[in-house]
Amino acid sequence: MSGFLQQCFNGLVSGGFYALLALGLAVIFGMLGVVNFAHGAFFMLGAFGAYVALAEFGVPFWAALVAVPALLFLFGAVLERTLIRRLVPFDPLYNFLLTFGLTLVLQDLVKREYGVQSQPYPRPAELSGSLDLGLFDYPAYQVFVLAAAVLLCLAVWLILTRTRVGMVVRAATERPELTRALGVNVGRWVTPVFAFGVALAGLAGVLAAPMRAVNPLMGADLIIAVFAVVVIGGLGSVFGSVLAGFAIGLVQSLGNLYVPALSQTLIFIIMAGVLLWRPAGLFGREEART
Amino acid sequence: MLTVEGLNAWYGEAQVLRDVDLAVAEGEIVTLVGRNGAGKTTLLRCVMGLHERCTGRIGLRGDTAFGTRPAHRRARLGVGYVPDDRGIYATLSVEENLLLPPVVGPDPWSLPRVYETFPVLRERRRFAGTQLSGGEQQMLALARVLRSGARLLLCDEPTEGLSPLLVEQIGEILREIKAAGVTVLLIEQNLHFATTVADRHHLLAEGRIVESLDNGAVRAREHELLAYLGI
Repeated sequence: MSGFLQQCFNGLVSGGFYALLALGLAVIFGMLGVVNFAHGAFFMLGAFGAYVALAEFGVPFWAALVAVPALLFLFGAVLERTLIRRLVPFDPLYNFLLTFGLTLVLQDLVKREYGVQSQPYPRPAELSGSLDLGLFDYPAYQVFVLAAAVLLCLAVWLILTRTRVGMVVRAATERPELTRALGVNVGRWVTPVFAFGVALAGLAGVLAAPMRAVNPLMGADLIIAVFAVVVIGGLGSVFGSVLAGFAIGLVQSLGNLYVPALSQTLIFIIMAGVLLWRPAGLFGREEART
Repeated sequence: MLTVEGLNAWYGEAQVLRDVDLAVAEGEIVTLVGRNGAGKTTLLRCVMGLHERCTGRIGLRGDTAFGTRPAHRRARLGVGYVPDDRGIYATLSVEENLLLPPVVGPDPWSLPRVYETFPVLRERRRFAGTQLSGGEQQMLALARVLRSGARLLLCDEPTEGLSPLLVEQIGEILREIKAAGVTVLLIEQNLHFATTVADRHHLLAEGRIVESLDNGAVRAREHELLAYLGI
């Protein structure tokens, strides 16, 4: 029983990473219509940012948790202004290719500097122990990651549903042209929304650094699963992406326990099943974007 | 208020508006009538800045560069748009649908005034916009541009599919805002309704304004016009 619960916990923790990445992808796709293939690379940059900050400058985890996403926000803003924006008016495939190329460039730049082997990153001292969760002990850091992921998703949800900015983002996601015709300067919100998604991926990367292997390919391994999560949740649906993120983490983790042979393919089997049943994903809307 | 000169528009290779001239004075209600595909909706979309493939001059209150501005700037100069599909957001509540457009005119309707005029919108203000019935969505689309205080309304068939009672209510509202000096360019297929609210009517055919009529002329030729429109 405690083994089962522990595995559930493991699943929710990795689901937290799925949810944070899927959330950023969904918001960016909704607002810009861009499938951001570089999202995994931004996640990797977040983890490497934390590693470099500590190894080269002695910046502790907690400071990196704020500084690295802030830097990635700026990076994302520059990227949107200089490259992404120019391709938005054309076929979405162009930005897909651009971000795919960007992924390769970023990965190789990091590889050149630090090689392909994983870099160590210690857990912050405050969270190095375990917590007694009643039925079993669980690493305090993992509990922190889960709580942080849940709170971040909740915060983004509150921003989206309770603020004027969130209302504008929802409106521009649903009907960009009409929203402009109603007097809302949609273009002004595009850069901050993209940069926010990038920063969120970077934050997830910093959170991953102490518990996952920090290497140039860590994002590439994850992003394929995150794409499956986004498709299952419904492309562009923020709520669906987050829910699917946690759910897939959980299912995958239990799959590892009970059907280890399927552990790598389970997520894609689920994706295929969902697409057969609901082609727009669990929370996606049927109509196509115009 | 609004002047359109030499407006041409295309969909791909097909020209859908040909050299359209149109002037609407402040406080006037002018309708566009014509068969489906005559170019009425495209005309409104050109004025709103939503149709890229168009040439010609569009001016608003002496602003001759109005037609070169992006859509959100045009709206902020006091233009309210009620699109043919009503344009109600599913991901916004009824109240958010009302609050989305910024205030763009000197005399916007307050939320209490909107709710007093449309009590059903108050009852359902927390519902998702598209949970309303078709008629209620039409009311919401009209209420939304009134709340923004727009001085020129571009309304694409606001009475389509409404019950006679609701059509009458829309008529009352149009007469009320006309009395307050609001200008309306209205696409309308219901000729009887059009003559009760509007000052002048333009008949569009194959992208051209072929006739301009006053209320007397429309009433006198109602049967002929209805037969032509195929209604």
